[in-house]
Amino acid sequence: MEQYPKVYLYRRIVQAKLFIDKNYAERIDLSYISDEACFSKFHFTRLFKTIYAKTPHQYLTWVRIEKAQQLLREDKSVSETCFLVGFDSLTSFSGLFKRNVGVSPSSYQAQMQQLKLAIKKSPVSFVPSCFALQHGWFEK
Amino acid sequence: MITKMTITNIHVLNQDSAYDFYVNKLGFKLVDDIPMGPESRWLTVSPPEQPDLQLVLFPVTVSKIFPKDVAETLIGLIKKGIFGCGVLTCNDIFATYEELKAKGVEFIKAPTKEFYGTEALFKDDSGNYFSLQPLNNFGNENSI
Repeated sequence: MEQYPKVYLYRRIVQAKLFIDKNYAERIDLSYISDEACFSKFHFTRLFKTIYAKTPHQYLTWVRIEKAQQLLREDKSVSETCFLVGFDSLTSFSGLFKRNVGVSPSSYQAQMQQLKLAIKKSPVSFVPSCFALQHGWFEK
Repeated sequence: MITKMTITNIHVLNQDSAYDFYVNKLGFKLVDDIPMGPESRWLTVSPPEQPDLQLVLFPVTVSKIFPKDVAETLIGLIKKGIFGCGVLTCNDIFATYEELKAKGVEFIKAPTKEFYGTEALFKDDSGNYFSLQPLNNFGNENSI
C-alpha cells in the first residue's frame, strides 16, 4: 500500500513537521515552510492541523517547551534555555512555559533538582519492589 | 478489581540503542533513567499521551534473572522477530508511517487495509514488533 491516497500530501506535511523538529531553535518562518512544501499558507496550516491537531505555530511552541524542559532538567539556566530553544524574549518564554507546564521555568527546575537529589540518595525507592527484588537491587 | 496496566516489560538487546529508538524515533517520553550500580540501569519510557503506562526497557543479558542458556535463547528469539509487543495507536497512520520511515524505522508491513481496519507493522531496534493502528480504525482512515 505504498501508494495510499494523497501520499504526496502526507510526505510534504511530514517533511515540514520534521523540519520543525530539527530547526526549532532557529528563527522559523512558517511562510517559508509552506512555500517549500508548495502549499499556500492557509492550505498548509489546515492540513497540518488535521494531521497533528495543532497548527504549525502551536506545534513549534510545543516542541520548544518540550526541549526547554529537557534543558532545565540538565541544569541549564532559565535564560540560557530560553535562547537555546529559539525564544527571543524571556518574558514570553516564561509565560508560555507556565501556560503549558503549569509552573514557571525556575519552579520546574527546582522541582527536578529535588527529584534528582532524592533519586541519588535512594535510587531503589524509585523502582517498583518486584523489579528491584528480581534484580537484587535492594539496599542493605 | 484490576483497574489499569501501569508497567510492562519490553525485552531489549541494548539499552542505549533502545533509548535512542523509543525516545528519538518513536517519540516516547523518558520517565526514569536511574543507574543501579556499575552495570545496571532502570530505564522506562511512556507513550507520549499515556504517562501512566511505563515500558521498562529491560535488557536481556546474562545475569541473576537470565542464566546463560536462557539469555541466549531469548536473544535468539528476539532477533528472529518472534515477539509482538502490542498495538500502538496514532492519530493518522499514513503520517506516522511516513515519519517513522523517514527516521529509519523498519516496517515489515506498510499501512494495509484489513477486515479489522488499517494496520502497519514495524520492528524496534532489537527485533520486537509492534502493530500500528489509527485511533479510529473503523472510520475514514485517510484524514486529509
